[in-house]
Amino acid sequence: MSTAKPTSGADKAAAESSEQYLTFMLAGEEYGVDILRVQEIKGWDKVTRIPHTPDYVLGVINLRGAVVPILDLRRRFGLETIAFGPTTVVIVVRVMSGRDERTVGVVVDAVSEVYNVDAADTKPPPDVCGTVDTVFVKALVTIEEKMLILLDIDRLIGNSIADELVPGAAVA
Amino acid sequence: MTVDLEMAEIAKVFFQESREGLDVMESGLLSLGATADSENINTIFRAAHSIKGGSATFGFAEVAGFTHGVETLLDEMRNGVRPVTAEAIQTLLQACDCLREMITATEAEQPLDQVRIASLNGDIKHILGEATEAPAPVSAPAPAEANRAADIGGASEPSGWRVRFEPVADLLRLRNEPTRMFAELRRLGPMVAHADASRLPPLDALDPESCYLSWNIDITGQIPRGKLDEIFDWVDSGCRLEFTPNGGSAPAAPGAKASAPPQAAAIDAWSAETKAVSPTEAKTAAPADADRGAPAGAPMQKASGDSGSIRVATEKVDNIINLVGELLITQSMLSSFADGIDPNDLDRLRQGLSQLARNTRELQESVMQIRMLPISFAFNRFPRIVHDLSRKLAKKVELKLSGEGTELDKTVLEKISDPLVHLVRNALDHGLEIPERRVAAGKHETGTLELAAFHEGGNIIIEVRDDGAGLNKAKILQKARERALVAPDQELTDEQIDNLIFMPGFSTAEQISDVSGRGVGMDVVRRNINDLGGHVQISSREGLGSTIRIRLPLTLAILDGQLVRVGKEIYVISLLAIVETIQVARERVNTLVGRTEVFRLRDEYLPVVKLCDQFGIEPDSRSAEDGLLVVLEADGKRVGVLVDDLLAQQQVVIKSLESNFKSVAGIAGATILGDGTVALIIDAPGLISSAAKQGVGAVAARAA
Repeated sequence: MSTAKPTSGADKAAAESSEQYLTFMLAGEEYGVDILRVQEIKGWDKVTRIPHTPDYVLGVINLRGAVVPILDLRRRFGLETIAFGPTTVVIVVRVMSGRDERTVGVVVDAVSEVYNVDAADTKPPPDVCGTVDTVFVKALVTIEEKMLILLDIDRLIGNSIADELVPGAAVA
Repeated sequence: MTVDLEMAEIAKVFFQESREGLDVMESGLLSLGATADSENINTIFRAAHSIKGGSATFGFAEVAGFTHGVETLLDEMRNGVRPVTAEAIQTLLQACDCLREMITATEAEQPLDQVRIASLNGDIKHILGEATEAPAPVSAPAPAEANRAADIGGASEPSGWRVRFEPVADLLRLRNEPTRMFAELRRLGPMVAHADASRLPPLDALDPESCYLSWNIDITGQIPRGKLDEIFDWVDSGCRLEFTPNGGSAPAAPGAKASAPPQAAAIDAWSAETKAVSPTEAKTAAPADADRGAPAGAPMQKASGDSGSIRVATEKVDNIINLVGELLITQSMLSSFADGIDPNDLDRLRQGLSQLARNTRELQESVMQIRMLPISFAFNRFPRIVHDLSRKLAKKVELKLSGEGTELDKTVLEKISDPLVHLVRNALDHGLEIPERRVAAGKHETGTLELAAFHEGGNIIIEVRDDGAGLNKAKILQKARERALVAPDQELTDEQIDNLIFMPGFSTAEQISDVSGRGVGMDVVRRNINDLGGHVQISSREGLGSTIRIRLPLTLAILDGQLVRVGKEIYVISLLAIVETIQVARERVNTLVGRTEVFRLRDEYLPVVKLCDQFGIEPDSRSAEDGLLVVLEADGKRVGVLVDDLLAQQQVVIKSLESNFKSVAGIAGATILGDGTVALIIDAPGLISSAAKQGVGAVAARAA
């Protein structure tokens, strides 16, 4: 399920078995993304809307000269939308889409923690039919009695950007 | 053929230089047709020689071998042994093409087209064969010549060779290392080298960096002559080399005096580490006499072909362009900040800001210059294309180029090359007539094709002019009606008729040739030019010729934009696309079928495109008379775009939406405004064509 696994190189032995994940909150659930893909975390700011795009594409921002799209993960997962508050942040990640690397920001409710996740502890997501969301879930892992949902951001964002080309492939 | 990693980088330079060399050869050969001037032949020869030397160094034996034949032919032309004929030039031109392919194939590590190489080699040998036989008494045939003759004659390979190698004193300074050549020779078979130190000067006259030694080398084995040539390729221009077959049936070449080496050091197949005779030491030990008179024609070719340009990775340049774009943004941010404060204290700040603005602009201009290349890069291929094509079509054509020095952005230049080729081919195929018909029409039998480039108001104009038959308007109109591109009762101006040839699927060629006439072409040309933000138009007079005029922006990185506001959103429209902006009176707006609004501008009805509807924006007002109508033009079509307000005009740095997102219909890109926010740039041609489609939809709706 997972694609390329970047290794830090500093602590190779550890890196081989465990990976660091940045976690964030979204509608009461905790999700994790590979920390090596995270470029920065910034506060929510005004975006420039782009016409002819799905509603979860909020628009684009100027990130030090680069034009970076901002996706709303709540809308992306078809969750109930809330007003952006003081904890609302944009996590800027680098994703592979085809052969190109893209920089994309995702809006989440709040950032949470950084965890070391041992690959051996992860479990594949349950194969529940109907919830297309699981396509974007790399694995589940239990840490401190909490369930963490590890996301496959390449798939999630790659699909989100290509959505218009394959209508119906995404969440309603 | 693999090259190790270290060499790969150098090899890349070699490939690039070889291509440049081939371009030099090609243009030289083409101008050779008119006059056989020796300087020109020399230039061609030098280019060929560099390619041969380089390819031999990198071990691309096939390229080197092939070039050797070409070089030999050129050498004979240079020495006047061999007349310059049209046939020979044609063969050499084909050889250039073949070499280009070989180099491309070698670079991509693909197999070479052996059939073609062999056939061209045969052609070259054929020409050479004639030459070596016919003018036999011109001069005593050089030993090399005799051997080559033997080679061509298919003489049995000798069982060994005696090589007399007398390098020039400069050999080591030219970075050639005899020991390495000996090591190469050793790979071919057992060899013994005898050093001849007879040229050694007394110690006090010795220049430690010169090479005074020469060698007699005996090598045994069934070795083709070509293998030996390969090894000595790189040095042969400055050295005396004699090859004498040992024990073979070939006649011994004259003048191979095997002078007894006075201080012979037998190097027994180089089994031991033969430090003793390593020229590096020999040269320090040997006394010297500095000026042995540098032999005329010493290899100085390597330095040639430098046009005073540097190669910069495009990526680096793009980076600078981005940074400068940032600088522009900072500057405009500062100036908008200064607008709101007490003017008394701010005089100096304003002054500084205006200076900053000027500096920024200048810096930007000079940085953009790095990307600018003269259009001759695109024009240079045309002499060849015209030469080949006019032969094929049996037409007489004179090609005139002007404004080759006009510079434009590298990206634009690369993307305009193919459309230009297409236009030139079209002009030759359809435009210019065959000589008989030209004479019958009272014109000179040689047609003229002109390519001109010049600047005009911040744009670059490229014109392709021919004095051929011009477009047949009646035929075009008839064809367009047949294909329902034009309604039967529609009246068109001459200009509109001419520009019909840019419609998709349009070709009036009576028969499809491999040159043109498939009806994919002119529309592709127009699309490519539009993609570059440019514009193409044709004007033609029957019997007198046609002119195709291409207008292109100087660069794709910066755009002169008009900022417009719709509701709370700001968009940028390219000033190039804007014809005019008008306030609309209510009585001038009509509604078609209750859906599409049209606006009467003088004697023309323009469809009204409401940006608020197109882009789903909440506008100040939806009615045309409250806003402003921006009249846009692309592809000869016009629409009025309704916006709420016009804001500033400014140069904007174009940023791609695709690099992090994807392309969006109606949007050409994005830019960053003075306040740091992103504004989207409107794709005028896209907007117009989608408006046209909706117009068709409206008509269809009426029909239903």
